[in-house]
Amino acid sequence: MAHSAKYIPPTKDAEKLRIVMVGHVDHGKSTLVGRLLYDTKSLPDSKYVEIEKASKKRGEVVEWSYLLDSFQAERDQAITIDTTQIFFSTEKRDFVIIDAPGHTEFLRNMISGTAQADAAFLVVDAEEGLQEQTRRHAYLLGLMGVSQIGVIVNKIDKCGYDKARFDILYNEIVSFLRDIDIRPMSIIPVSARNGDNILSASEKLEWYRGKTLLEVLHDFTPYQTPTSQSLRFPVQDVYRVEEKRVFVGRIESGFLRRGDTLLFSPTNELARVESIEVWPKGDKQAVTAQAGLSIGITLDKPIFVERGHVASHEDNPPMLSNVFRAHIFWLSDTSLKVGDTFRLHINTAQYPVTVQSIENVIKTEDLSKDENTKQVSKNEVSYITLRTRNAIPLDQYTENKNTGRIVLYSKGRVCGGGTVSMEGYVDQRSRNQPKSEHITKVAHLLSYTKRAERNGYTGGVFWFTGLSGAGKSTLAMLVEQALFKKGYQTYVLDGDNVRHGLNSDLGFSPKDRAENIRRVGEVSALMADAGVVCITAFISPYRADRHNAREVRPDRFHEIYIKASLDVCESRDPKGLYKKARKGEISQFTGIDSPYEAPDNPELTVDTESGNIEECVEQIAQYIIQNIEYSGQSLENMAEKDNLRVL
Amino acid sequence: MPDRYLDKLEAETIYILREAYNNVSPLGMLWSMGKDSNALLWMIKKAFFGKVPFPLIQLETGMELPEVYQFRDKLVNEWGLELDVHDCPPEGDMDKSLPPATRSAMRKTEGLKSLLGNDGYKGIIAGIRRDEQSMRAKERVFSPRSIDGDWDFKNQPAEIWDHYMSEVPEGAHLRIHPILGWTEIDIWRYTQRENIPVVPLYFAKNGKRYRSLGEKNITFPVDSDATTIEDIIKELETTKTLERAGRAMDSESENSFELLRTRGYM
Repeated sequence: MAHSAKYIPPTKDAEKLRIVMVGHVDHGKSTLVGRLLYDTKSLPDSKYVEIEKASKKRGEVVEWSYLLDSFQAERDQAITIDTTQIFFSTEKRDFVIIDAPGHTEFLRNMISGTAQADAAFLVVDAEEGLQEQTRRHAYLLGLMGVSQIGVIVNKIDKCGYDKARFDILYNEIVSFLRDIDIRPMSIIPVSARNGDNILSASEKLEWYRGKTLLEVLHDFTPYQTPTSQSLRFPVQDVYRVEEKRVFVGRIESGFLRRGDTLLFSPTNELARVESIEVWPKGDKQAVTAQAGLSIGITLDKPIFVERGHVASHEDNPPMLSNVFRAHIFWLSDTSLKVGDTFRLHINTAQYPVTVQSIENVIKTEDLSKDENTKQVSKNEVSYITLRTRNAIPLDQYTENKNTGRIVLYSKGRVCGGGTVSMEGYVDQRSRNQPKSEHITKVAHLLSYTKRAERNGYTGGVFWFTGLSGAGKSTLAMLVEQALFKKGYQTYVLDGDNVRHGLNSDLGFSPKDRAENIRRVGEVSALMADAGVVCITAFISPYRADRHNAREVRPDRFHEIYIKASLDVCESRDPKGLYKKARKGEISQFTGIDSPYEAPDNPELTVDTESGNIEECVEQIAQYIIQNIEYSGQSLENMAEKDNLRVL
Repeated sequence: MPDRYLDKLEAETIYILREAYNNVSPLGMLWSMGKDSNALLWMIKKAFFGKVPFPLIQLETGMELPEVYQFRDKLVNEWGLELDVHDCPPEGDMDKSLPPATRSAMRKTEGLKSLLGNDGYKGIIAGIRRDEQSMRAKERVFSPRSIDGDWDFKNQPAEIWDHYMSEVPEGAHLRIHPILGWTEIDIWRYTQRENIPVVPLYFAKNGKRYRSLGEKNITFPVDSDATTIEDIIKELETTKTLERAGRAMDSESENSFELLRTRGYM
């Protein structure tokens, strides 16, 4: 049954080059592909008979596009609905042609096709010239990173093979593509119907000195996963194989070796590669694995790693940030607006993400930018800013094509996608690393999950922020009492109280304020670890400081904005501090001579201006209870024992 | 290395299999005992370190060729497979308006529907390839099927950069196609390189061999002298006959395969 004959590798380069055909509807993409297949003798005999039969039935001469438009509906309406892929060969290499539809309403299919392409032919009708979809498709090729592009000026026969017409178009095409940073490899006059300039130079186009379509095809090269770039190994899953924990995934760039120290993001954990696992086991152990391979590794330390974490080397890790800019295309019928939340797919991770701002919408027809827009509609392209709850590993697209791209989902369906830009954003990584290098964390025998299982709820940090007099301490104490009555272990860390003990050495300079908040952040996180519902009541005026506090245990941190205007707070003035500040008796008082930076995206905002304390307490208590509920399920991913699949 | 491309194809397939296993549950794989599903099964073992971590399902019509059944039993034994043999409803229950071979092929579609109904699978892995047939050329890697099992080809979701959809409505399911981008010749080169077992019917006897295996009443051998995999690869490098030329249901009428596929055929 098994055959023992020696394996003979293919004689030519058998890696298939994938070319997407794009352009405006009716500019002849499918016809061109049909012609190419016919001329390269790639058609099976029966296929030729089949299309002849189908064409005759509809009273036409051979309709090449029938080869690709295989759905009855496509043939009857003579349009392409969905992308199709056709395999063909020349003497030099094998190709896959991805024929994308030209209709606006099928743009998602054009994008699905383009996402898989190594190279593209942009087809332009010689009579009609650049049309709406020609420009949009060209723009999308640039956005989606297809850089090998040939332009085909088709139906040149209809213009009498006229050089003057071609020259006009040539200049238009070059100038438009230059504006979107695309340098085409060739611009070729072609008649797909008559076969001019496809395989060989046409006599009717003797004025054209450039390459034929086939020559340009042979100039394209398949996309190579970048082995020379920094290592990126996004963890796809964790398996238990016999007694080993095996971390599986595909190397997106660079390579790794057995013995390498890997840095995992966003957790900042380090571990060494103990082995590269393969099945079936060969005679020799694998020592390296490079970009493009789906692999499995084991580590020397039992650190917490789960799907979505990204391994790199210690030098050149991805950036960590909870905010980034994205250049996106939008496909959903529902427009994208500021404040909308989506599911961000990036590498193997998924995160909830919120649209913080829309910078502009670009009209691909003339490349004008609308900067006052409130929404991004279907089939538009745009620059937006996105915010995640916690800092996530990010690569700028220009640095890493494989890891710097995103897809946005809503209700299980793709809404849009695009590329990541980190220009102007800071790396939030450094601050979590301990100063001393001689600190080793001791592993607890009791996990967070175990405590939650016993208590029936999880610990957490509920961080109140707001102006002095907004009601933080009052509400914190009442919420603490309400939760305690319901059976929850809870504790309030209050600004003034902490400054009497733990932080008695600190004043009110920005530096001391930052240290004050850092310590409280650490203490509250420890309490949350211990299973306590910890409420903190601090003005905590700086966004950056609150962000740092969040970073200690991002998954358990909730920012609650206790909101009241400065006027209201000053009129309340429970401790008489505003009065003193106005008189100049206290300096650096928040709201008077020191700024308060309100939260951008707090988990909860509680407006205390109306003065109904009971309602506010109820609102907060309800929020907390909902968020500490222990279902077992939501914690599954965090628990060491549950985070792997036993094979 | 001219065969480096096989490593790339294999890595892509393993990535898809691991995505399916992580995101879709319950998951099952249809095994037809043909060359494509054997190669796929081999890659499943590679992806999961020798295990097949989800049920392997055979849609049984009782109409496979005897050599296919012999092969099945031998491989189940040698590879230690757990196979769920699921009986398909009889031909008499099929839509009478369909042409005869299409009607016969419809049995597997109905068998799959009853399996989905019984076992509630959310994902079904199938070893189809784009180069086999022009309808399959338009497929997605993760392809949603409605509650009736129908394929809404006019409204396929976008599929971008290896991010696959994993949510489907209650009662609906996903078809997962990990070798969609492979060609017939790729499968043979890989089968040879990895030394994967195949049914002997693929090799020529008295000037004929099966290029594609299906049920005995609707599948026929084609002219060939290829008695080894090397011969098959040489044959494929020059042939102009379609792989599925011996499969009657593909060409009974212009849209017979479209009818089958939109109704849920693999």
